[in-house]
Amino acid sequence: MIDPHESTARQQHVTSEPANGVMPPPVRRITLDRQPTVALPPSQDAVAIANAGDRSLAAAARPARGIAGPERMTIDGLSVYYGDNHAVKNVSLPIRQGEVLALIGPSGCGKTTLLRTLNRLTELTGSARREGLITLDGEDIDSLEVTEHRRRVSMVFQQPNPFPMSVFDNVAYALREQGSKRPKKKVLEPYVVDALQRAGLYDEVSSNLDHPALRLSGGQQQRLCIARALAARPEVLLMDEPCSALDPKSTNVIEELIVELRKELAIVIVTHNLQQAYRVGDHVAFMYLGDLVEYGPTDQVFDNPQAARTRDYIGGAFG
Amino acid sequence: MAVPTRPAASTPPLPPLPLPRSPGGRQGKPPKKRRVNESVRTWRLTDRIGYVMMWAAGLLLCAIGIGILVYMAFKGLQYLRPDLLFSSPTADVDQSKSGGFLDPLLGTVLITLIGITIATPIAIAAATWIVEYGRPTWLARLIDSGIEIIAGTPDIVIALFGLVLFQQGIFGWMSFTAAGGAVFGRSFLTAGAMMSLIALPMVFAATREGLQSIPAHVREASYALGKTKAATIRRVLLPSVKANISTGAALGMGRIAGDTAIIVVLLGASLTLDPEGSVPGLNVLKGTGGTLTSYVYNNSPAGEGNAPQKAYAAAFVLLLIVLALNFAVDLIARSGAKTGLETSRLGAR
Repeated sequence: MIDPHESTARQQHVTSEPANGVMPPPVRRITLDRQPTVALPPSQDAVAIANAGDRSLAAAARPARGIAGPERMTIDGLSVYYGDNHAVKNVSLPIRQGEVLALIGPSGCGKTTLLRTLNRLTELTGSARREGLITLDGEDIDSLEVTEHRRRVSMVFQQPNPFPMSVFDNVAYALREQGSKRPKKKVLEPYVVDALQRAGLYDEVSSNLDHPALRLSGGQQQRLCIARALAARPEVLLMDEPCSALDPKSTNVIEELIVELRKELAIVIVTHNLQQAYRVGDHVAFMYLGDLVEYGPTDQVFDNPQAARTRDYIGGAFG
Repeated sequence: MAVPTRPAASTPPLPPLPLPRSPGGRQGKPPKKRRVNESVRTWRLTDRIGYVMMWAAGLLLCAIGIGILVYMAFKGLQYLRPDLLFSSPTADVDQSKSGGFLDPLLGTVLITLIGITIATPIAIAAATWIVEYGRPTWLARLIDSGIEIIAGTPDIVIALFGLVLFQQGIFGWMSFTAAGGAVFGRSFLTAGAMMSLIALPMVFAATREGLQSIPAHVREASYALGKTKAATIRRVLLPSVKANISTGAALGMGRIAGDTAIIVVLLGASLTLDPEGSVPGLNVLKGTGGTLTSYVYNNSPAGEGNAPQKAYAAAFVLLLIVLALNFAVDLIARSGAKTGLETSRLGAR
């Protein structure tokens, strides 16, 4: 809260000493006796429009929903504990090919934990414990060898994290087998180029595949990480807030990429950004304090949320 | 207005704090410039003393460093002639016939290489285990303490311990064995093995620090591609800390090159290299010898050679070697900062 005395004093101070003979703009105090009305450009903020009840413009601003294919992964009664902390509580969700599942919810609601459980990264945390069944193409993921499973269910992280090697080697790293036999560069090249093309990065880096990956810009680095994740031809791609460290333009490029990629694989994306969930998600799952509160087609969850907590969150009451 | 009002005049306003006027009496003279920087004259006395001491400490160290370098350069260059570097020393009272210090120079290079070759893999392995595995915790702590003890042990103690150890019969292959079966225990191999303990803590600390500075999500990125922990360590983590390892190794090599106690106790500190046995190559390693440090000691007025001119020349060469290693450390550290993972973290913002 602004101290009125101090504020007036500052105002007097400012007005009494014009710097360089130019009068500074007068200090206006902000009064908070009524809610500010913020006018947003209609195509930018789909949620604001959702609240206003006009769907037609928002629908035009986002790409058409994907066509749901067969179910690749099924989460059935999943619970994850960190020690005594029950982070994910009895969640069941389908993950289908050809569509994007967006996980939304406030910080600490368990959405990232849920994502990391899908490719068994939570097992790296010593105190983590898991209950419930996750299947990949009908197989229990616990019965799969963990590295094999992670090649089929790949992940992109919040921070762009290319390895300190060349652009080529970053992508090739995912392809090279763990054994002693390392395939030649010539053999790998078409696969690396293909992965870079699918990630929409090839045109920008084609002339300098040997340059260190860490010299790329943040957005390029993140697309390189996506290329790296795609190189092993995964069936499911997990994305943990892939745009939160990026500028709006790079975010836009990656969102377009996500929409493009969902044709060939199932994508699960965790995001804090409701507009992003609305733009790229085909289904939305809203989580709160470890519970799955609501799951449904994006339009339904944003337009006509069934649960009161979803309504409050999407309306901006908490988050 | 929603601003809460203060309790009106329930407490009288405080009188202005009687602050001492800043010394200097500036009000008499008209200020020459409009902008006045913070003046030391407004500081408290203790702050001013501290400020002066910080400057003094920095300048003093600078002066000492330059003093050593200039004095050694002056003395060393005065006596250093190229033929000293290329001729073997011989014991002779006449200084014009006692030769140069080729053998000690080779000894320094050899012992440094042996020491660092043994130390680096062990240090990297230990650091990688501590950072990447480190379970059970008590074992990790024990290893940490063990390395701290090694780092803190005086080199003469390490040397004595090495002598006792390598005089055991099972280490007979490392040095000269007398006719009766007594093991001499002094050779390039035994001295190099103990020298590795001097360098090991530095390589270990540098590697561990490098590994710890790699963010967890980089490891997870590799695991998420279906890579094993072993593949991650070999292909991602260790290449990332190359600069750290090189820095630690260069520092360790400087320490080995400058060590005297282990040379005197475990290498024999002889004037020339004295090969032992008939296998070429191995005979040098099994034999005794000396380094620049022991040469400097022997030729100083305290040693038996007592040829200070040659001691100065050798000391200057030794100083140049160690300075070159330190310069290499600087170079590696600077190039590492440009290509290391820190850039990726900054680049993400």
